[in-house]
Amino acid sequence: MKSVIAVLTVLAAIITLWYAACVPMNIKGVLDGAERAGAEVTPATPKARRDMSEIGLVAKNTFAIGDTWVQERPRLPAPHQVAVELWKTTVEKKITSKRSLIYHAQVTLSATLLGFAIGTGLGILLAVGIVHSRVMDMSVMPWAIVSQTIPIIALAPMIIVVLYSIGVQGIIPKAVISAYLSFFPVVVGMVKGLRAPDSMQLDLLKTYSASTSQGFWKLRLPSSMPYLFASLKIGIAASLVGAIVGELPTGAVAGLGARLLAGSYYGQTVQIWSALFAAAILAAALVALLGLIEKLVLNRMGVRA
Amino acid sequence: MNMETTTQAIRPEAAASATGPADCVIEAKNLDLTFETNDGPVHALKDVSLEINKGDFVSFIGPSGCGKTTFLRCIAALETPTGGSLSVNGMTPDEARRNRAYGYVFQAAGLYPWRTIAKNIKLPLEIMGYSKAEQEKRVSQVLELVELSGFGGKFPWQLSGGMQQRASIARALAFDADILLMDEPFGALDEIVRDHLNEQLLKLWARTNKTIGFVTHSIPEAVYLSTKIVVMSPRPGRIHDVIDSTLPKERPLDIRDSPEFIEIAHRVREGLRAGHGDD
Repeated sequence: MKSVIAVLTVLAAIITLWYAACVPMNIKGVLDGAERAGAEVTPATPKARRDMSEIGLVAKNTFAIGDTWVQERPRLPAPHQVAVELWKTTVEKKITSKRSLIYHAQVTLSATLLGFAIGTGLGILLAVGIVHSRVMDMSVMPWAIVSQTIPIIALAPMIIVVLYSIGVQGIIPKAVISAYLSFFPVVVGMVKGLRAPDSMQLDLLKTYSASTSQGFWKLRLPSSMPYLFASLKIGIAASLVGAIVGELPTGAVAGLGARLLAGSYYGQTVQIWSALFAAAILAAALVALLGLIEKLVLNRMGVRA
Repeated sequence: MNMETTTQAIRPEAAASATGPADCVIEAKNLDLTFETNDGPVHALKDVSLEINKGDFVSFIGPSGCGKTTFLRCIAALETPTGGSLSVNGMTPDEARRNRAYGYVFQAAGLYPWRTIAKNIKLPLEIMGYSKAEQEKRVSQVLELVELSGFGGKFPWQLSGGMQQRASIARALAFDADILLMDEPFGALDEIVRDHLNEQLLKLWARTNKTIGFVTHSIPEAVYLSTKIVVMSPRPGRIHDVIDSTLPKERPLDIRDSPEFIEIAHRVREGLRAGHGDD
């Protein structure tokens, strides 16, 4: 009960702060509109207002505060505006509609999941290689680290162009970018996990003259499970980011990235924010789903919760 | 299944070549082991010669750094000596390991937390390729041997430390190795649990007639358990004294108050003090 109160308090604080921030952010637009509609504002001309601070404008035009939360194209939309937009584009639209966020989310989600599968598979394979081969440890790991220092926003268009030139397009390039972001946490986590057994446990297997593959399946792989799930949770969030970034440079017509792009072309801030929230909710749902699977797997393995 | 028949076939032959008149199962001659470290070579074992006969209960006692664990690890082929010779069942330690000559018990139970006790005991059996039916049979046998029948379905965390260590002994007994190597198996347990496990270990030893190598740094434990006590001293690790126990095979816990017991304990203590030398 106490934790519920704490969570609600934090949520309330964030929303309050957000509403408060809307006032100075949107005041200029509101006053411009009010002036055009013939209302009395101080100072009277847009030019004079441009030179004033937002806080000053709010202080002089307190009557306009309420309007900063209901603008059609605000600089910063108010929480309820985003909520209404989310409601309208999810519940009130048919899923097949191009204006439905669920339609766009599902386009992004399929690329995310494909990329996540590729990235996880690749990450686990690389980690197995790194743990069992010194040569791979020294040759692959540095490249894996370097790969993550390149800004994905710069690399994504290159990947799309290169893949397009060899005839690959559609969901695959997005999935590749998303795999590129998600393989890394899996490699790092799995290497750590596969190396988790201590020397005593390895010695024990040695006294049975166990083979390397027996050691892998019976000791290393089960030991790595908690590490794997921690990595997967980071990986799936990274996958989603990758899929969205992959939609930006192509001028894609569908997907949450496309929705963000369209919103910024037409100054539809409410649309941008609702797409952002849709992405965040999707990521949270994916991470929660993985958390659930983790719990089931570890429970089945008999690990104490 | 296949592997089983091969070992069965190899073992009598190997044993035959090993058996001198004294039935010697482990024989070390002038064993040397030097570790190369950044601070120069460390003499872990120097000129160690020892014979262990079938059915012996041999304790290795000494301060840390005396090489008692290292010697045990050499027998198990977990370390490779740099000089001298060492034979186990008449074979090199490596061959002996492949022929499942020994079971090894570490200081920590080291049970896999994701396996039940029964599944933990099955681990070596799975690796060695025993049939499912044989696995089941052996698990219930060894669980009974360490008095853990009925705990097979529990997970390690549901058991006390002493029970976990008993399960790890059961795991080492599950495949029929005649030699049991134990590296401070009860070192992390409290005195009362330790007494109880010592008593149980003696019973188990009497029932199975295994040859046991036991590393400890508790004098009463060494004297209570052993037929032979090897006192070792450090820098370089070497054997200081070998004491053949005169205690009878039947040993109730209160034998520890007998004059004979106290005398042997005294000799061990003297040996440890002398071996410790100037530091």
